Amino acid sequence: MRADEDPAAGEAEAGLVREEFRQAHWNEPIIFEISQAGQRGVLLPEPEARIREAVGPAAELVPEGLWRATPPALPELSQKHVLAHYLHLSQETLGANLANDISQGTCTMKYNPRVNELLAADPRFAELHPDQDEETVQGILEIYHRFGRILLEISGMAEVSLQPGGGSHAVFAAARMLRAYFARRGEGDTRDEVITTVFSHPCNAAAPATAGFKVITIYPGEDGLPDPLALKAAVSSRTAGIFMTNPEDIGLYNPRVREFIDVVHQAGGLAFYDQANANGFLGVARAREAGFDICHFNVHKTFGAPHGSFGPGNGALLCTEELAPFLPVPLVAQSGDGYRLDYDRPQSIGKIRDFFGTAGVVLRAYAWVMTMGAAGLREAADVSVLNNSYLMKRLEGVPGLDHAFAGNGLRRMEQVRYSWRRLKEETGVGTEDVHLRVADFGLPHYFLSHHPWLIAEPMTLEPCETYSIRDMDEYAAVLHRVAAEGYREPELVRSSPHRSAAHRRKDDAALSDPARWALTWRAHLRKGNVRR
Amino acid sequence: MSAVDQFWGAGAAEGGTALATIGLLVNPVAGLGGRVGLKGSDGPKTLLEARRRGAVAEAPGRAVEALRTLAGQGIGVVTYPWEMGEDEARSAGLSPTVIGRIAPGATSGDDTRRAARELRDLGVDLLLFAGGDGTARDVQAAVGLDQLVLGIPAGVKMHSGVFATSPGEAGRLALAVCRGRVRGVRDGEVMDIDEEAFRQGRVDARLYGYLRVPDEPSGLQAVKTGQARQDEILAGIAQDLAERVAADRERLWLIGPGSTTAAIMQRLGLRGTLLGVDAVLGGSILLADAGERDLLELLAGRPASIVLTVIGGQGYLLGRGNQQLSPAVLRRVGREGLVVVATQGKLATLGGRPLLVDTGDPDLDLSLQGYIRVTTGYRQETVYRIGASDRRVPR
Repeated sequence: MRADEDPAAGEAEAGLVREEFRQAHWNEPIIFEISQAGQRGVLLPEPEARIREAVGPAAELVPEGLWRATPPALPELSQKHVLAHYLHLSQETLGANLANDISQGTCTMKYNPRVNELLAADPRFAELHPDQDEETVQGILEIYHRFGRILLEISGMAEVSLQPGGGSHAVFAAARMLRAYFARRGEGDTRDEVITTVFSHPCNAAAPATAGFKVITIYPGEDGLPDPLALKAAVSSRTAGIFMTNPEDIGLYNPRVREFIDVVHQAGGLAFYDQANANGFLGVARAREAGFDICHFNVHKTFGAPHGSFGPGNGALLCTEELAPFLPVPLVAQSGDGYRLDYDRPQSIGKIRDFFGTAGVVLRAYAWVMTMGAAGLREAADVSVLNNSYLMKRLEGVPGLDHAFAGNGLRRMEQVRYSWRRLKEETGVGTEDVHLRVADFGLPHYFLSHHPWLIAEPMTLEPCETYSIRDMDEYAAVLHRVAAEGYREPELVRSSPHRSAAHRRKDDAALSDPARWALTWRAHLRKGNVRR
Repeated sequence: MSAVDQFWGAGAAEGGTALATIGLLVNPVAGLGGRVGLKGSDGPKTLLEARRRGAVAEAPGRAVEALRTLAGQGIGVVTYPWEMGEDEARSAGLSPTVIGRIAPGATSGDDTRRAARELRDLGVDLLLFAGGDGTARDVQAAVGLDQLVLGIPAGVKMHSGVFATSPGEAGRLALAVCRGRVRGVRDGEVMDIDEEAFRQGRVDARLYGYLRVPDEPSGLQAVKTGQARQDEILAGIAQDLAERVAADRERLWLIGPGSTTAAIMQRLGLRGTLLGVDAVLGGSILLADAGERDLLELLAGRPASIVLTVIGGQGYLLGRGNQQLSPAVLRRVGREGLVVVATQGKLATLGGRPLLVDTGDPDLDLSLQGYIRVTTGYRQETVYRIGASDRRVPR
């Protein structure tokens, strides 16, 4: 029997699938296109005569060197038109973080409490400036210090830096620290290899490579877990360390992690733990107790602040006593009754960015952990895993859907890598089609997979602790529906979306044309494709 | 105006000027030998025997399946008469332009080669052929790398990396090419085995060259690697190896066949052979296209490394297309002397299956098994497993 003929499936969908969903969808011009010369949002009054007499012409107050040669190319609009423009744009979004975001596997898209946004917007915090004297910012320094101690408690490490601007930045700083550590030991030239696993987050390969290491990636064995024999083939006297995620990207926890770390330690290397997504083990397992020397957390995501892509991010970098001298400066240190920024760390890798990390994210995260408490963090981990198991069960029997390494009998932790391979083979409808079609039912697109795609036609779902059973039922019902459509009416799915503001890209190849695209403005200029 | 534009003129295709033109070529006997256990369909004797055993060719039906996707899309089709494409195109609802002449029921590889050349000369945007490795060889011999080509899988043997994963996928991919959605190209291996030897239980595979195929990973191999473009990745691998070769001038470097290894030679500024084993020492070629005996002589008293690449889709490292790297040569160099290079994309085409070795010496094969480092980019390696070849020809 086909799924679309299955009455039970139909019943389960009833009331869950938003049949009538229609999203506002039009081609709102970009703001420069609606600019009209001479339009103004604000007309400033002329200064009063008394002020003019006292101060003189305003233009003379501006030092010569600060005048622009040409006026800035800014759009010119009235207030009403600015507001209308942004209102229109907002109507074409699904409202990330307020939508049913369980689909963003590996991203830890949990709900971010609004009360913490109020805290971050409070002028007593928002009007602080990083150039202020330490004495005048004792409050935020105390929050840095207290939040840092909490992270040390969660990880079992000895020292922490909240400098990095995001997860991958922290991983990069860790790689720099390894270089500094081995240089200090006189092994800077010989320890030039970092090992990672193919299902670790790709930054565990990219960040060490950027820091100058040669990167060796190990593939999983037949059970989907990294194979200790592969690790043994990868370690040598050149090994500086292993950079790994656990549970891996596909939701499998590597129970041999201790053995992995021992092999690397025996070869003289260090072990880095990427804990960007710590939802599966908060309060359950501590990095140091597994033998890791250095690790990081994404302060956004796991600790209740918005995902980095939708707001500022912050990475926490934590390490053992032995590696602490190499942490970036400054660290927030307690001194007497107060707190200060400690720059006096001669072996430090130095500053890795301006100022002192993303204070707004640290503030939100501190509020979040203090609201949750230690037991609450553990509960967040438990519910994340429970939610994931529930969703996985609800997706059993979706036609054309399987999950990676299905036969290994291992429990998935907080996320699962699914595969639409069967659907693709049987109907021609692939994961990119399903991904676009779900938006027609008011759901955000799902995350497919990091690269390389070892699992064909991938889909990665991660229902964090903040989603309800109804949220998961809704997502499952929509996937059931779309898969059934794939068998019954494949063109409908292949030509989707039909009712959402999302688009189907007409020309994928154009997006990977290196002659056209650049990652930096300088590269863009070098490629000479600036439109003037 | 291209030759094809002139050829079509306005209004010749369904609904007006053709968006693009596909050259269609069907090997009407491809797949004939498979179901009746003949392991191939090459040569008139085999064909007779297959027909005697009641065989039915696979290619026509599979070609029709692929072509249905193209019907009503405003795409022009030029093809050869009767069973070499015309019949299949019409069955799929297309109105092809027919060129050339054949003797129905008695076509051979000569017809395939002639048709491929004529279709290329017309300037078709894509040459779509239905067949197997034998057909791919004929097409390769006729058009080389001059023409964008895609295989509809329809043969008994399909070791070549020029086929779509299914007929339906071939149709969808062809349509995507015609609509300008697929711009990337890659050079797919044209492999074939000696059918006669294979019937006697010996696998004698050769790499015959390369065809230029559209590079849309999800269609051709069901994977995406997220890496830079193929040529950039290759350049990275070539640079890595070139540095290693240049740094060790006392070592004899045996550079195996393939386009990945050819990129290394190019980086070294050496003119090697695409399909042979070239010996490099001290920065220059000692011997190009060396045979087993040459290699054994060159190896005497020298440290040596062999640079090998992986056959996409099947994973063969040794025993397919590089038999001059014989058990004796391999024993001399040793496992630690093997340097494997492959793109992540090529490894991903294996779907988790191991790399394979089939040297003809089971003990040696066994000793080569286990994990090995594969260079996948500049200062990038992947540890991948070499497993046992079961000596069956993988599909």
